[in-house]
Amino acid sequence: MGVTKEDVETTLTSTLKPTHLEVVDTSGGCGASFEVEIVSEQFEGKRLLERHRLVNTALAEQMKQIHALSIKKALTPAQWKPEDKAQE
Amino acid sequence: SVRCSSGLSPELKSTLDKVVNSHKVLLFMKGNKDFPQCGFSHTVVQILKSLNVPFETLDVLSNEAFRQGLKEYSSWPTFPQLYIDGEFFGGCDITVEAYKSGELQELLEKTMLS
Repeated sequence: MGVTKEDVETTLTSTLKPTHLEVVDTSGGCGASFEVEIVSEQFEGKRLLERHRLVNTALAEQMKQIHALSIKKALTPAQWKPEDKAQE
Repeated sequence: SVRCSSGLSPELKSTLDKVVNSHKVLLFMKGNKDFPQCGFSHTVVQILKSLNVPFETLDVLSNEAFRQGLKEYSSWPTFPQLYIDGEFFGGCDITVEAYKSGELQELLEKTMLS
């Protein structure tokens, strides 16, 4: 059993305390490829590279099994625009 | 299983120091610029080509020591890895974002002039 979407969500939730988190399994169910959108106060004052590093570090253990992780958005709550929420 | 990686020996680190500084724009990728072997690597190659910037690529699939060592060297777990002016810039997502915002073009122009 590989890494699941729930594993990724649980880990990111506990480490980065996101105000918004969306994990999409893009693997067709084999659990090895994900897309992530994350909004967290911990990104405040950090460049995109540092934000992505925080996500990668949080998932360090899972990354050994994940083939592809695409961080589509890593925003602060202030940058998270209301129109992005329209789809929810 | 927890296994301490010995991916980055002092020798490999000093080799990588030289390699990343050998070209102003260097992409460590899967495959090469003419035959990318992964969609993420392909995306970054297309971006660099579209910006008309001279760049070199290095295939990590044919160099396992580089592949493992670079993860530690860059503190970045995946490929592609883009280096600009000897500094790690990011992976595919960061490069795409910076391309869209114009930040990548700006940095590359500055780098080419320096």
